[in-house]
Amino acid sequence: MWAMVVKEFRQLRRDRRTLALMIVLPVLLLVVFGYAASFEVATIRTQVVGPRAEQVAGALRHPFEVDEVEPGATRADAVTDLRDGRVPAAVVADGSGITVLLDGSELFTTMAARQAIAGLQAGGAGPPGIDVDVLFNEDLDTSVVMVPGLAGLILLFIGTVITSLGVVRERQAGTLEQLAVMPLRPRDVFLGKIAPYFLVAAVDLAVVLGVGVALFDVPFRGSVLVLALGSLLYLFVALGLGVLISSVSQNQGQAIQLAMMALLPQVLLSGLIFPVASMGAGVRWISYLLPLTYFTRISRGVMIRGAGLGALWPSFAYLAVLGVVVVTLATLRFRRDLAPAPMRQTQRRPRLAGATSEAGDGR
Amino acid sequence: MTWGARDVVVRFGSRIALGGVSLEAPAGQVTAVVGGDGAGKTTLLRCLAGVVSIERGEVRRPGATRTGYLAATSGTYPDLTVGENLDFAAAAYGVPAGVAHERGAEYLERTGLASVRNRLVGNLSGGMRQKLGVIRALLHHPDLLVLDEPTTGIDPVSRVDLWWLIARAAAEGAAVVLATTYLDEAERATSVLALDDGRALAEGSVDEIIESMPGALRVRATPPADDEMRARAWRRGSGWRVWYPGSDPAAPSGDERLEPDLQDAVTVIALNREIHSARTPESPS
Repeated sequence: MWAMVVKEFRQLRRDRRTLALMIVLPVLLLVVFGYAASFEVATIRTQVVGPRAEQVAGALRHPFEVDEVEPGATRADAVTDLRDGRVPAAVVADGSGITVLLDGSELFTTMAARQAIAGLQAGGAGPPGIDVDVLFNEDLDTSVVMVPGLAGLILLFIGTVITSLGVVRERQAGTLEQLAVMPLRPRDVFLGKIAPYFLVAAVDLAVVLGVGVALFDVPFRGSVLVLALGSLLYLFVALGLGVLISSVSQNQGQAIQLAMMALLPQVLLSGLIFPVASMGAGVRWISYLLPLTYFTRISRGVMIRGAGLGALWPSFAYLAVLGVVVVTLATLRFRRDLAPAPMRQTQRRPRLAGATSEAGDGR
Repeated sequence: MTWGARDVVVRFGSRIALGGVSLEAPAGQVTAVVGGDGAGKTTLLRCLAGVVSIERGEVRRPGATRTGYLAATSGTYPDLTVGENLDFAAAAYGVPAGVAHERGAEYLERTGLASVRNRLVGNLSGGMRQKLGVIRALLHHPDLLVLDEPTTGIDPVSRVDLWWLIARAAAEGAAVVLATTYLDEAERATSVLALDDGRALAEGSVDEIIESMPGALRVRATPPADDEMRARAWRRGSGWRVWYPGSDPAAPSGDERLEPDLQDAVTVIALNREIHSARTPESPS
C-alpha cells in the first residue's frame, strides 16, 4: 500500500491544478457563498404613483426605499413598470385608498414587503386600509419562480460539461494536430464544434421549459420569440464557455474540473436561489459576469411577468457581449493551438518560405 | 516543383531539435527520412507540414489545401466509421463528394478496407487504422504528402498495401516525404536523408549513401575478442559486422568481405561520426 500512497502523492504534486482545486477552492467557495447566501432583503425599491404620491412617499419607512414618485401616473403605469422589472414594488395612492403592488416573481422581496406591511399595520404606524396586491405569481409559488431559471441551470450543466470535453478529446486522440494542418480557420473549428450541441441543447431547453410549464403550472405570459432569442444567446455563451474550457485543458479530468469551477458559482450567485440585490457588494459583481444571471432575468421576465424585449434588452445585450468575449477568447486560443508549435511558447512569427501559398487558404 | 527545407533550425526551449537540416522533396518522388528515436525525423516532417515553426532556414511547402499530412498517430476519429472519416477529410479539403467517394472506394478496395467502410475506426486493427490514415492524407491529391512513420508496427501485408498507396501518390505527381525507422524500407525511396541527433548524417540516393560509406565492412560468425575492434562491431542477423576504417583492411582469418546495404552504410556513417566526435569532443551549438 505504501508504494501506492507514494505514487499518488508524486502524481498529485505534479497535477498543480487539482492540488490548487483541493486547497484553495474550498476556502474561496466558502467565503464567496457565505457572503452571497442571504435571503434577507434589506431594501425594497419602490415606486409611488397616484394623486397622493408625494404624501405617501414621505410616509414610507424602511425597508421601502422610494425610487420614483409620479403623481401623474396610474395603477396601469405601475403595473407596466413592475412587469418590465424596473421596480419590485409600487404604491398606488389614489382616491380609492392605498394599494401596494408587488412583483410575485421576486419571491423574497415580495415576502419581505408583505411582512413589513403587516408589521406596520400591527404596530398601528401605517395608514389604515392598505391593500396588498401580488402580481404575476399571486400564490408566491416557489416552483413558478424556480423552473424558468432551473431550465437554464440544467442546460448550462449539460451543455458546458459536454462541450468542455470536445477539444480535449481531439488533443488526446492526436487529431488536433491533424486539424491544425487542415485548411480550417480557428473560427470554423469553434463554430463547427458547438453547432451540433447547440441544436440538441436548443431542443432540450424547449422540452425542459415545456415540461416545466405543464407539470408545475408555470405561466407563459410573454412572447415565445423573445424567450427563444434569449435562449439562443444564452446557449451560445454556455456552449462556447465549454469549448473555451476544453481548449485550455490538457485532458478530460482538467476539463471537468474547470467546468465545475465555472458552474458552481452560477448555482448560488446567479440570482436563481438568492436575490442578487441581497448579496454582499464584494461578491455581487461576480453574479454580473455569469450568463445564468441574465438568462434567469430573461426567462422569469418573459414567462412569469410577460415582459418584452424593450424591457429586457440590457440582459440580451450582456449575453451578447459575453458571447463575443467567449467566442473571441476561444478563437484566440484555437489560433494558438492550431499554430506551429514553438509559436505556442514564443509567439514568434514562423519564417516559412515565400513559396508557401497559405494566403490562398485563408489561414 | 521541389518542396523541402533548407538549413532549418528548430529549437524547443534550450534543446535544438534540428540543427541546420536540408531536404529536397521533388514532385513525383519518394524521399525517406531515417534515423533513430529522437533523431529529429518527426520535427522535420512537422516543419514540412506547417505544424512546427522554424527558427532559421527556409521551408518550401504548398499551402494547407495542397499538403497532406499523417502524424505519428493515425489522426483518424475512432468514433467515426471509415467512410465518415474520409467524408470529413474530403469536405475539409474541399474535394467534391462524388470525386472523394470514387477515390476513397478505389483506395479502400486496393488496401483491403472496402469491407470495413461502415465500421467504426476504433474497432479496426492498428494496421487498418494506419492505412486509413494514409488514404485520408492523400484523398485530396496533395502536392506534398508528409507521412510520419506510416509503417511502424504494421504487419508485412499491410506494409505492402501502404507502399502501394505511397507509390500511387508519387505516381500521381505528389512529392512524398516519409519518416521510417526501417532502413530496408527506405531503400524503396528515390532519395534518403539519414538524421542523427538533429543533424544530417547522410543524404542522397541509396547508392550514393552506400558509396559514401568510409572504409570497408566484413562479416564474421563470432564477436571480435579485441576491445578496439569490438567497438567497431555490431550484431546483425546471425553474424557480426565489423567495420574497418582504413581503405584496404588487412583481412583477419574468419572474416568475409561484405557489400554493405543501406542499413550497414548508415550504421557505419553513424559509428564513424561517433568515433570522431569522441576523439575531438565538441559541445553541440
